[in-house]
Amino acid sequence: MILDEPWRLTPSVALRPEPFGALAYHFGNRKLTFLKRPELVRVVEQLADHPDVRSTLVAVGVPEQQHSAYAAALEGLADADMIRPRADALEESA
Amino acid sequence: MNPEQNETVDQDVTAEDLIEEVSIDGMCGVY
Amino acid sequence: MKLVEHFEQGLDAPICLTWELTYACNLECAHCLSSSGRRDPRELTTAQAEAVIDELQRMQVFYVNIGGGEPTIRPDFWHLLEYAVNHQVGVKFSTNGVRLDPERAAFLASPACGGYVDVQISLDGATAEVNDYVRGPGSYDTAITALENLRDAGFKDAKISVVCTRQNIGQLDEFKALADKYGATLRLTRLRPSGRGADVWDELHPLPEQQRVLYDWLMASGDNVLTGDSFFHLAAFGPADGSGALPGLNLCGAGRVVCLIDPIGDVYACPFAIHDNFLAGNLLRDGGFKEVWQTSELFQDLRSPQTGGACAKCDFYDSCRGGCMAAKFFTGLPLDGPDPECVQGYGETALASGDRMIPAASQDHSKANPTRNQPVMLKLMTRPPVSDCAESPLAGFTL
Repeated sequence: MILDEPWRLTPSVALRPEPFGALAYHFGNRKLTFLKRPELVRVVEQLADHPDVRSTLVAVGVPEQQHSAYAAALEGLADADMIRPRADALEESA
Repeated sequence: MNPEQNETVDQDVTAEDLIEEVSIDGMCGVY
Repeated sequence: MKLVEHFEQGLDAPICLTWELTYACNLECAHCLSSSGRRDPRELTTAQAEAVIDELQRMQVFYVNIGGGEPTIRPDFWHLLEYAVNHQVGVKFSTNGVRLDPERAAFLASPACGGYVDVQISLDGATAEVNDYVRGPGSYDTAITALENLRDAGFKDAKISVVCTRQNIGQLDEFKALADKYGATLRLTRLRPSGRGADVWDELHPLPEQQRVLYDWLMASGDNVLTGDSFFHLAAFGPADGSGALPGLNLCGAGRVVCLIDPIGDVYACPFAIHDNFLAGNLLRDGGFKEVWQTSELFQDLRSPQTGGACAKCDFYDSCRGGCMAAKFFTGLPLDGPDPECVQGYGETALASGDRMIPAASQDHSKANPTRNQPVMLKLMTRPPVSDCAESPLAGFTL
């Protein structure tokens, strides 16, 4: 269950802010993903700073009834290798 | 640019509202 | 809002763009969209090119398609390639393969290029006969040799880019087989009446029934074959609601999410629209690329809501979005009317109406005199007429 796991942004992903959120581009697999909400952008940026996804969502202020939607979105990002699981519970921020 | 208007109002957010994937090769005008 | 709607309004930086490094070329392809052949003496210097890369890095342009002319014949090409890679600008470069010897192939396959470099080989026929007719004698062999060298060096997933013509639509399966043979990905793109393409478009552009063949073939190929979204006008073969669109945004990106930087720093809406009408500015003269991209009048115009003109009344407008503005412009059709290859046939009607004014080329960088690389197609077009008094049945015929 992704909400309970530690994740991080993949190093070869560039996050480019846009008025509507951000564009995420993976230099390795050349996938381009549009992050449509600023909250999701903050979540993705802060994933590595928190012990698990749920605490990141809470820290960013995502309402609890939206957590499952955010989890599904993050799973989509994981499928594209935009985010990766962390081996450790907490990492230094890059 | 239109400001995003739906940040706090709606409860029913789906994954499609949050992310959309496109191909970097998917926009016309690059050969 | 869907991504497409955000894109139509334009972004603060392109997502990707084409950068033609030089108008010089060793080939003289009949349909060259940039009318290349001769170097323009005003070409950007190495330092100016590095400054452009620095700007692209700051703007976070994700990747550039470096083309030309033939970009690898610029002496600083390999330096600029490394410079881009070292400044987080991904590069795909489009080449006829002339400089891709085993050593260069090994470099491209090495970790020095990381995930940042893609190679695209131009090929317009699955056989030398079909290819060389438009690209010149020996050009097929040059391309295949480059593909072999890349494969043998361990370079993964080069692109083979094909411009679809009346003569090669019958070779789609063979193109795919070639791509598979060399571990490459096939990319099919649309022939535009741009550059020298204007002179050969009538003879080369696919026939209506061939467009259908192409559409069906691409739909069956899914994501295995790329198109650069260049066939969004074919979405009208599907249902009127746009659900039959090929993979891609189905959107004209010109001036909105993509553009062209030309060898002298001129910025155009897209590489298929190299003409004063689509010139946004010059990055040397107008304060840099970012300034041109964000503030030029042409681009503001393209980013404002487009009405679609006469096309907006057609049921299929949502699918085809009115087609390609470059295709309309260079065939002399009005921009607010049908695409010359409109799948409903409205383009054919418009072309036949006889009212059109084909625009004069803004510029021509073609070689002054043909060389031995001149394709047969151009030779045939420039051959002087045979005298009515000639007695030999072979008069004027060159073997």
